[in-house]
Amino acid sequence: MCLAIPGKIVEIRGTVAIVDYGGVRKEARVDFLPDVKVGDYVIVHTGFAIEKMDEGAAEKSIEAWNEIFESESLEDLDHGEDDE
Amino acid sequence: MIGEWRDSSTAKKILKAIFKEVRNIDGVVKFMDVCGTHEDTITRYGLRAMLPQNVQILAGPGCPVCITPVEDIVAMMEIAKVAKNIVITTFGDMYRIPTPKGSFADFKAGGRDVRIVYSIYDAYKMALKEKDKMVVHFSPGFETTTAPTAGILEEVSSQDIKNFKIYSVHRLTPPAVEFLLAQGTEIDGLITPGHVSAIIGVRGWEYLTENYGIPQVVSGFEPLDVLLSVYMLLKMYKNGEKEVKNEYTRVVKYKGNESAQRSIEKFFEVRDAKWRALGVIERSGLFLRKEYEEYEIRTYYPVEVPELPDLERGCRCGEVLRGLILPTECPLFGRVCTPRNPVGPCMVSYEGTCQIFYKYGSLYR
Ligand code: SF4
Repeated sequence: MCLAIPGKIVEIRGTVAIVDYGGVRKEARVDFLPDVKVGDYVIVHTGFAIEKMDEGAAEKSIEAWNEIFESESLEDLDHGEDDE
Repeated sequence: MIGEWRDSSTAKKILKAIFKEVRNIDGVVKFMDVCGTHEDTITRYGLRAMLPQNVQILAGPGCPVCITPVEDIVAMMEIAKVAKNIVITTFGDMYRIPTPKGSFADFKAGGRDVRIVYSIYDAYKMALKEKDKMVVHFSPGFETTTAPTAGILEEVSSQDIKNFKIYSVHRLTPPAVEFLLAQGTEIDGLITPGHVSAIIGVRGWEYLTENYGIPQVVSGFEPLDVLLSVYMLLKMYKNGEKEVKNEYTRVVKYKGNESAQRSIEKFFEVRDAKWRALGVIERSGLFLRKEYEEYEIRTYYPVEVPELPDLERGCRCGEVLRGLILPTECPLFGRVCTPRNPVGPCMVSYEGTCQIFYKYGSLYR
């Protein structure tokens, strides 16, 4: 029930949008996202888009994290983690 | 864009950084998740086994249908016995939750009209179509699910729909975490649920850190999100920082979704409420305000159900929900109690810790 998943808005009619989840399209209400547009990514929970997903922020933060980890010298670590 | 959040080379970097962080930590560090979806990610990807031995992740009360009081489920069924033309709608996992008087599924097998919906919107559409029926949505869930309920109530009230009601068993998550902390559950940090936070914002959690001094990281749900959150919590733990940080910046804002907050606030007021297997938690339940009580089915049928036992004998769901034990410590787990023959609510819901552990059996530690 609590699962909320990201999808892309492909159509909006009033407060109802059509959201594409990698090929599967379903209706979702967008009542709580007044400025949402076609092309936006949203997080949908039990049929309601609860928030937009900011693609830019996602890319930036993964890049930023990668930089942080590269700057720390982690190579010398005996970490005991399995190689997958 | 999701792919990046599952990238294994980044995961290795984060894990190395985590191992580096714990090098000078003596003793065990305990973090807790309080969301079924977090628990699913952690168990499905075997994250517990990847982490250093002295970093433990406990699972808290992250399953709203597991904590829905048995008395409310039974009261809903009692109402349906006396009301005419009633259709009960609810979510699939709620439908199968056991009570001493049976589940909604049993009730349906007895000839009653109970239907599973994916969204309260579907229940509402049913009411519009079947005007001769009274559609009652039995409505569990935390903040993320309450927002849709409020959204539909906006429409019910503006369209003046008479044949759609709810039975609200909505609950708030921060008071449950506070309850555990106040009761003495010892944790060194909280993996804060990202989608609850999408609604209430980072700020909705700050009072817990202020009052109890535990660091928190608002976390997304991909494996890298969770690993990063563990890393961020470890850093704070080591540096003695007591803050609420946001790892899930691509979705969660500091103030949350204010439009959803306004709507929830408009219809609901906060009162003390019971949680199955945990007891009454102060200011943790959402009930319709007096002005809007016409949308609550109990207003018309105020049935009283005497207190019932929360759990079958031997079921340790209460301890699982408190993060005191992992499901494998329950003697019934996997033998007597399985998703096909669940003994307690934690094995029924796919957000229940027992079911998650059963499903991904080999990967936990
Ligand atoms: S395994 Fe079954 S009986 Fe044991 S705590 Fe979980 S739900 Fe209860």
